[in-house]
Amino acid sequence: MNIASGIVFQVLQSVLVVLIAPLMLGWVNQCRAWLQNKSGAGIWQPYKVLNKLFHKDAVLAHNASHLFRSTPYILFGCMWLAVGIVPVLATSLPFAPAADVIALVGLFALARVFVSLAAMDIGTSFGTLGARREMMIGFLAEPAMLMTLFTASLISHSTSLATIVETLGHRELVIYPSMAFAAVAFLMVLLAENARIPIDNPSTHLELTMIHEAMILEYSARHLALVEWASSLKLTAYITIGIAIFVPWGIAQAGDWTGMLIAIAVLVVKLTLAGAGLALLETVSAKMRIFRAPEFLGTAFMLATLGMLTHFLLER
Amino acid sequence: MDASFLQPIEAAVTLSVIWIGLGLIGLAFMRAPRLVSHAVFPAGALVSILLAATGLWAIGAPPSAAILPAGLPDLPFHVRIDALSGFFLLLLGGVSFGISLFAVGYFRDTEAATLGQLSLQYHVFLASMAFVLIADDAYLFMVTWESMALSSYFLVTTEHHEERNRKAGFIYLLVAHIGAISILLCFGVLHGGHGDYTFEALRAAELSGFWATVAFLLAFFGFGAKAGMLPLHVWLPEAHPAAPSPVSALMSGVMLKTAIYGMIRVIYDLIGGIRWEWGLTVLLFGAATSLFGVLFALMQHDLKRLLAYHSVENIGIILIGIGLSMVFVGSGHPVAGALGLIAGLYHTLNHAVFKGLLFLGAGAILKSTGLRNLNEMGGLIRYLPHTALYFLIGALAISALPPLNGFVSEWLTFQASLQAPLLESSVVRSLVPIVAAVLALSGALTGMCFVKVYGVAFLGQHRHELAEKPREASRWERAGMLWLAAACLALGLLPVFMIGQLNNVSQALINAGLSNEAMASDWLWLVPTSSAQASYSPIVFLLVIAVVFELTYLVVRQVYHGRLRRSDPWDCGYPEQTSRMEDTADGFGQPVRQIFAPVFLIHREIPRADDPQPVFKQSVQDRHWYWLYRPIARFTEFLSGHVGKLQQGRISIYLLYSFLTLIALLVFAQ
Repeated sequence: MNIASGIVFQVLQSVLVVLIAPLMLGWVNQCRAWLQNKSGAGIWQPYKVLNKLFHKDAVLAHNASHLFRSTPYILFGCMWLAVGIVPVLATSLPFAPAADVIALVGLFALARVFVSLAAMDIGTSFGTLGARREMMIGFLAEPAMLMTLFTASLISHSTSLATIVETLGHRELVIYPSMAFAAVAFLMVLLAENARIPIDNPSTHLELTMIHEAMILEYSARHLALVEWASSLKLTAYITIGIAIFVPWGIAQAGDWTGMLIAIAVLVVKLTLAGAGLALLETVSAKMRIFRAPEFLGTAFMLATLGMLTHFLLER
Repeated sequence: MDASFLQPIEAAVTLSVIWIGLGLIGLAFMRAPRLVSHAVFPAGALVSILLAATGLWAIGAPPSAAILPAGLPDLPFHVRIDALSGFFLLLLGGVSFGISLFAVGYFRDTEAATLGQLSLQYHVFLASMAFVLIADDAYLFMVTWESMALSSYFLVTTEHHEERNRKAGFIYLLVAHIGAISILLCFGVLHGGHGDYTFEALRAAELSGFWATVAFLLAFFGFGAKAGMLPLHVWLPEAHPAAPSPVSALMSGVMLKTAIYGMIRVIYDLIGGIRWEWGLTVLLFGAATSLFGVLFALMQHDLKRLLAYHSVENIGIILIGIGLSMVFVGSGHPVAGALGLIAGLYHTLNHAVFKGLLFLGAGAILKSTGLRNLNEMGGLIRYLPHTALYFLIGALAISALPPLNGFVSEWLTFQASLQAPLLESSVVRSLVPIVAAVLALSGALTGMCFVKVYGVAFLGQHRHELAEKPREASRWERAGMLWLAAACLALGLLPVFMIGQLNNVSQALINAGLSNEAMASDWLWLVPTSSAQASYSPIVFLLVIAVVFELTYLVVRQVYHGRLRRSDPWDCGYPEQTSRMEDTADGFGQPVRQIFAPVFLIHREIPRADDPQPVFKQSVQDRHWYWLYRPIARFTEFLSGHVGKLQQGRISIYLLYSFLTLIALLVFAQ
C-alpha cells in the first residue's frame, strides 16, 4: 500500500464521515416525521442547529471546572478517532491498526466516562441522575457488545476490524448462523448506547425519563454543539461498525480509487436504509421503564452468547 | 559474568539490609521526628529506586544465587534472583519509591514515638517483601513471609486506640496465618520426605498426580488468602482502611502482589507440570472474585474500603490472566499460555501502580479534610486541583480506559481469551469467552464505580461544611502521586518495552514467549500474536484525540468566537439547588443494588408512615460472613468448649492423662 494514498484515504474518510454525521441524524428524524404523518424539519436541520449553537455565547455555571469545559472537545476527539478507525470506506487505512474492536469499545467507554463526569461537575440533581443512568446502561451494554464482537472475531480469527471486513466481505459468500444472533444483539446494543428508543428518547425533555439529555442539560452554545455533533458521530460510528461486521460488501481497499467511488455509493445506500430502519424501529416501539433496561440488555447478552456457542458447535 | 563483578543478588540483599538499617535508625532517632520523616523516608525511597533498577537488571541477566551467612546452624538462608523475582522487585521498588516520597509529607505531623515505630515497621515490611521475592528455600521464605505479615499487622494497628482497628488487625492476622499454614503444608507435600527444603530440591522432587494436585490446591488457597481471593477476601476491606494511607497503598499495591508471586513461583516453577484443570479452577475463582469485588465496591461509601474491594476485583483479573495461561500451558499451547501469563503479570504491575496512586489520593483527601466518607465530600477539585488530576489519572487507569495502563493489561487478557479456539475440550472452549464477558462486565462496573467516586468526591457541590478550607497536599505528597501517575501514563502509552521484559520472564518460566511476529513489532504498535489478528497503539490513540481537541478548539475560536458568560446552573429551571439534591455515593450505586440484589445481604429499616422524624436505614453486608465464617467460628467455639472440659486444673488429672498417653503409645509400639 502506498503510504501517501493511504493517508489521503484516511483523512478523506474521517472528514467525510464527520461532515455527513449530522445529515444521518437529520435523515433519521425526517423518516420518523414521515412515519408519524408529519412534514418534518428537513434533513439539513441538524446543520442549522449546529450553526446556530456555534454563534451563541456560551453560558457556564459559576462552579464549572476545567473538566466540564474540556469534555466536549474530548468527546469530539474520541468520536473522530472512532470514525477514523472503522473501515467505513476502505480497509487497510494507516490509523486502523491503532485500535481493534476491543479498543474501540474502550474508546466509547472513555467518552462515556467523561460525559458522565462532566454531568456531575456542576452538582445538579438532573446531571447526577443522568450520569447514574448512563453508567448503568453502559455496564449492561458493554459485555453484550464485546460478546457480539467476539463472535465476529472468532470467525475471522482476528479482532482487527479491517481483517474482519476482509474475511467476511472479500471472500465467497458463506452464511454464518452465529452472525444472525450477533446481529440482533448488536442492534439492541446500538439502540441502548446511542440513547435511542426503547432505552432512552432522544427528543424527550421529560425530566424523569431522560438519560443522555439529562447529562448535557448544563451545556450551551459551542459546547452543546460539539456534544450534539459527537453524539451524531457516535451513532454513525456504531452503524458503520454494524455495516463493517454484518454487511461488509462494497468496502474498498485503500489506494483503489474506483473502488473508493463505489464504496461511497454503497455506503450512502446502506446508511439511507439503516437510517430508515432505525426510524421505523423507533416508531413502532415505545420507551421502556428504566429498570426494564437490564432485561433488554440481558437479552442482548444472551443472544450474543448463543451466537458464540452456535459458532463453537456448528461452524468449526 | 565475571565472579568478582557485582551480581544482582548481592545488590538486592544489600539494599534490603539497608532498609532494615534505616528502620532501626528511625527508631533510634525517634526523638527527632523531623529527621525521621525528612531523612529516613527519603533514604528509603532512594533504596526503592535502586532496588527497582536491580530488578530490571535481573530480568535480563542470568539467574544469580547466593547463600547468606545467617539463619540456623546447618540451615543457612539461600537466596536467588531470576527473571520472575527481578520483575517483582521492579514492582516493589518502583511503587514503594512513590509511596515513600508521599510518606515524607504524610507522616510530617505524626507524633514522635509513633513515627519511630512506624519507621521501623515500615522499612522492615519493605525488606521482608524483598526477601520473600528473593528467597530460595522454604525456610527463608516462610520466615520472611511471617515477618511481612507481622510488620504489616503492626502497621494496620498503628491507630490501635480505636477498637475497630484492633479488630481489623486481628482478622488480618487470622487469615494471614490460615494462609501461612496452608503454604507450609504445601512445602511439606512438595519436599516429599528427603529433608531438603531448598527450592532446588523442591523443584527436582517428583510428585504423583494426586499429590501434585494437593500441592496445587494448598498453594492456591494459601496464597489466595493473602491475595484476597474469594472467599478469603474478608480481611482486606477491614485491614486496608484501618492502616495509615501510605501503608494501605503499600499493602494493596505491593503486598498482595507477593502472594501472586508466591502462587506463580510455586505452581509454575516448583510444582511444574501444569494441568488445564488447575487452570480452570484458577480461572473460575478469578472470575468470581473480580465480579464480586467490584459489586461490593459499588456499595461502599468509605473511600478506602471501596478501594480495598477494588483490590479484590483486580486480584480476580490477575487470576483470570494466570488461569488462562495455565489452561493453555496445560493443554499444550505454550505461546497462548505466554500471552495469558504476560497479561496477568502486566496487570499485576499496573494494579500496583494505579492502586498505590489511588490510595495515596485517598490519603491526601483524608489528611486535608479529615474525611473518608464519600457522602460528606464534594467539590474537592476546587481545593485540591493537583490531587484531583492525579486521582483522575488513577481512576481512568483502574477503569481500564485507553490510553492508560489498566486497559493494556485487560486488552491482553481479552486477546488471550480469544485464543480459546485452540483448545480441544468444547466445554472449556466456550467457557473461556464467557469468563472474558465477566471481565468485560467487571471492567464496565469499575468505570461506574469510579465515576461515582470522582463525581461525588471531587465534583459537584460541597456536602459538608468544613471548619477550614482544605489545603492541597504538600510537595512531597504531590511528588509521590506524580511519580505513580506518570508510571500509569508510561505503562499505558509505551507498553511494548515492559512486554519485552515480561517476555523474558515468560521464557524463563515456561520456555515460551510471544510469537516472533509479536516481538518483531516496533515500539509504537502492541501486537499480541500477529498484526493481522490484533494490534493497538496507545500513542496514535492519544495523539489523534489530542490533535482533534486542539484543532477543534482553535477552529471554533477562529470561525466563530470564544465568548463566555458565567451564571447560575440551569437544571431545568429549578430555582434552588442544594447539595442534598445531588446523588450521594449510595444513591449512585442504587441501580447496581437493585439489579444485583441477590448477591447482597441488604438490611433495611423503613420508617412508619406516621413517624414524625422518619429515618431510612440501609446496610449492605457480605454473605460470606454468614454462610462461611460464622459457622466455622461457632464450630471452633463448640470444639474448644468441649476440649476445655479436659482442663480440670488438678495435678492428678494431668498425671492420669500422661499415664493414659504412655499406655496408648506402648500399645501402638507393639
